[in-house]
Amino acid sequence: MDLKLDHHTQDDTEIVIVEGEIDVYTAPRLRELLIDLVNKGNFHLVVNMEKVEFLDSTGLGVLVGGLKRVRAHDGTLDLVCTQERILKIFRITGLTKVFGIYESVQEAIDKRKSK
Amino acid sequence: MAIVQLTISALPAHVRTARLMATAVARRAGIAESALDEVRLAVGEACSRAVEAHRVYCPEQPIQLKLIDSAGPPGASSARGRTVPSRVNGGDPGRFQVVISDRAPAKEPSDGAPFEPFPVDPDLAHLEMGSITPPGGVSGMSPDVGLAVIVGLADEVNIEPKTDGTVVTMSWPLNRGGSDDEAAAAG
Repeated sequence: MDLKLDHHTQDDTEIVIVEGEIDVYTAPRLRELLIDLVNKGNFHLVVNMEKVEFLDSTGLGVLVGGLKRVRAHDGTLDLVCTQERILKIFRITGLTKVFGIYESVQEAIDKRKSK
Repeated sequence: MAIVQLTISALPAHVRTARLMATAVARRAGIAESALDEVRLAVGEACSRAVEAHRVYCPEQPIQLKLIDSAGPPGASSARGRTVPSRVNGGDPGRFQVVISDRAPAKEPSDGAPFEPFPVDPDLAHLEMGSITPPGGVSGMSPDVGLAVIVGLADEVNIEPKTDGTVVTMSWPLNRGGSDDEAAAAG
């Protein structure tokens, strides 16, 4: 399926819900959303990837780009993902050391606030 | 040996088409279910890389995919033609092979050094996200990242960068056991 994006605020954190496939065709839409959120002053983001069906290095690039943008404002970008097929590409590229990857949105929020 | 060939324009939307076709053919060939995701992702990475390179150098030129089910009696693939690069799998039958050929000029990445998993620097200083896509790069990320993913996913891989294009050959072992049901499911 195509990419479906949604977002809402929860506990001072902007939750981005991604559904579908993130690839070279759809990734620009996610990038635009992340840039827009940061430009509007949202510096703590959680990207919920539980409904992502496909992710390639283009998608990884967009997520890393988002991370760089929020870090420039001392912000955070954490991920929620429990799907092994998606986690695999993070492991292959070593990006598990770069992103905080959690099993639920609440866990991601709680972890950030406890730091 | 059975071959499915696909030619796509260098458009991002067609990368998904290539992924879907490669996955369907792999499933029909008898690839283990656990490896189908690897095929899908590796083909997507290779096609994304090729599309980005074509968009820089030769947007009008097509990209070619060859999906090869090389199952059969020993020596069948070499006896029937040269469509299966023997150096990739040694002419060993019983493999599913994907050959993706682009026509964008390329150079040997990293001076011919083998691809290593993406080096991670927590400060992200080496990542140029959000910048203009470099020639052969994928949306601002180094093209080596996509190739590193391919190397990490494919059971065997051979990347031949030449001045007139790059040929990425990937293969996985076939698992004929139980493939009939899976092939039927692929429809």
